This record gives sequence, C-alpha cells and structure tokens, in this order.
Amino acid sequence: MLHALTLILLCQLAGETVVLLTGLPVPGPVLGMLLLLGWLFLRGGISEEVGRTADTLLAHFSLLFVPAGVGVMLHWERIQGQWPAIAAALLLGTLVTLAVTALTMAGAQRLLATVGRRRRGAAGD
Amino acid sequence: MRNGYSRPSAGVGGVLPVTETPFTEIWVYLSASPLLWLTATLVCYLAADRLYRFGRGSPLLNPVAVAVALLIGILTVTGTPYAVYFDGAQFVHFLLGPATVSLAIPLYRQRERLGALAVPIGAALLVGVLTASLSAIALAAWLGADIATQISLAPKSVTAPVAMGISEKLGGIPSLTAVLVVSTGIVGAVFGTGVLRLLRIRDDAVKGVAMGVTSHGIGTARAFQVSPTMGAFSGLAMALSAFLTAALLPSILDWLGLVGG
Repeated sequence: MLHALTLILLCQLAGETVVLLTGLPVPGPVLGMLLLLGWLFLRGGISEEVGRTADTLLAHFSLLFVPAGVGVMLHWERIQGQWPAIAAALLLGTLVTLAVTALTMAGAQRLLATVGRRRRGAAGD
Repeated sequence: MRNGYSRPSAGVGGVLPVTETPFTEIWVYLSASPLLWLTATLVCYLAADRLYRFGRGSPLLNPVAVAVALLIGILTVTGTPYAVYFDGAQFVHFLLGPATVSLAIPLYRQRERLGALAVPIGAALLVGVLTASLSAIALAAWLGADIATQISLAPKSVTAPVAMGISEKLGGIPSLTAVLVVSTGIVGAVFGTGVLRLLRIRDDAVKGVAMGVTSHGIGTARAFQVSPTMGAFSGLAMALSAFLTAALLPSILDWLGLVGG
C-alpha cells in the first residue's frame, strides 16, 4: 500500500513539475497518469500491490467530487440569475455530447470494419 | 430536550442543563477543526451510498448529488461558510490528483483492446471534445449567459482539477467551473446509460468512451458499476479528453472571440 501510494504520488509530483517547467496546458495529475502508464509498460506489468491501491482509490472516485460540488453554495446568485442558460448547457449540452461521441465511435468502428472486409475481399480475389 | 427538563425521574434530565454550555463549546471547537467537516463529508457520502444501494442503484439517487445536498443542508442550518467546510474537506479533494494518476492501472489492463480501437477512439474523442465545449458555449450564449459563465461552462466535461485549471487560465471562474463539472458528471451518470440504450449502443468500449468524454470521473464511477471494461474505457477517454480539451480550448475560445479581445 505504502509503496504503491508513493509511486502514485511520485508520478503526480513529476507531472506537476514538468507542467510547471514547460508550461504545458495540461494539469499535473493527467501527465502523472501518462507517466505511470509509461512506467507500467516499461515494467511489463502491474504489481499486485499497485493494482490493489489503485482499485481502492478508484472504487470511491465519486466521493472525491463531493467537496467541489458543495461549492455550489458560493454561486447561488450567479446561477439564479442565469439558470436557464446554465441548465440548458448542463442538460442538453451533456446529453448531445454523449450521443454524438457514442455515435461517432460506433460509426468509425463500422466504417473500419467495412474497409477491412473490402480489403480482405480484394486480397482474396 | 425540553421534555428532559420536566422529567426529573429520567435521570438524564438533571444533567442536561449542565451539558448545554459544554455542547456549544465543543461545537465551537470542533467546527473550526478540519476533523469535523472531513468526517461529515465521509458520513454524508456513505449515507448517500447506502441510499443509492437501497434504491437498487437507481441512477436518480446519484450518491454525489445526494451527498452534496445533505452537506449543503447541514452547512446552511449550522451557518458554516464554505471556506470553513473546505478546510476539512480539502483532504478528500486532494485525493482527486492521486486517483487521476491511478487511472493508468485500468488503462494498462485494457492495453490490447486499446491498440485495436485507436482510430475509432481518436475520432470519438475529437468530435466529443468539440461538441462538449461548443454545445455548452452555444446554448449558454443563446440563452443570455454572460461571458464569464460561458467560459466557466466550456470545460465542464473535463475532470475537475483539469477543468478548473483551464477555466482559470481563460478567464472563467474556477470554483463555478468545479460545480458545473460535478453537475455535468451527475447528469451523465444519471441519464447516460438510458441514452446509450436508446441509441442501441451495446459495446462496452463505445459506452465507456462516450461516458468518459462527457462525464469524466463521475461518469467513470458509474461506468465501473456497469462493467470493468466500460469503466476502463471511460477512464481512458476521460484522461485523453482532458489533454485534448486543455490543448484545444484556448484556440476555440480565441476563435469565438471570447478571450484575448
């Protein structure tokens, strides 16, 4: 647990440091995730301990959003003043994004499958 | 309490007037320490999670939404400012970073499928990221939101720490963005699986990518409940879309004339 947690924090720290040094537009933890992914590929596997620690952290991922969510308290006035716009963006915008993303990926998969079949067909002729 | 005073036989009644003052003293002491609000956050989340299970995992009882509502109720009743609450809750908030890093693990476990699906995932990410920010800005602008609100809404599909950073850099309000991010996550988690069913999407990889691009970590938490595959792809999509949004959004806002003018 302690080793795994240290590894994860080191990756985050490295990510934050690189972002500070280079001014990359991505946040430290996201870069840290890619660093950890690179490390796993280098090592050629996940130790049981690292796997268990990550699973524990991710099992309650949604808990971690609660403190930020309570921050809605700070913005009652702005939200009250502009609620139709905010509600539309949150509801409609989110559902449209979900549908468009899913359909794009499913469509791209189907397209690739068709192209692949055609190629195989051509090779078979 | 009042009944206790009038019933000396209860034994407790005699003690109550004495505990009255210590209680306020204890409250003053505890409400200023991080322990109280850290514990309250966990207790409210566990209660919300229990309710969610009790409601057989109905997405309408989203644990984040219920926990937030409970906490706001408690803070309002006790007259506690958000800053005091956050002093305690920041320890939970901090774990967002390490949890984001540890998304590498479910990703690594899916490495074989990932390679095979690189092209469809890339297409979905690009289209999804553009749709997420442009639809939010367009709808908000059309319905009369001011520019600060529009910018704060633009990164709403990206995981909280990333979205807050983007919002701050571009002239939005980071704490408002955090709230909008959480709300977007809840909307996706509540309605997402239903929408995907309506669209007849059955592949867990596709469902996961759509959920992750749209609803970041909260959607990913929901995706993990459906299947580990959907969760892993959601985590991947969330991470990559955070990168892509951070890279693209400055140019998009610039092009729309929302920043730098």
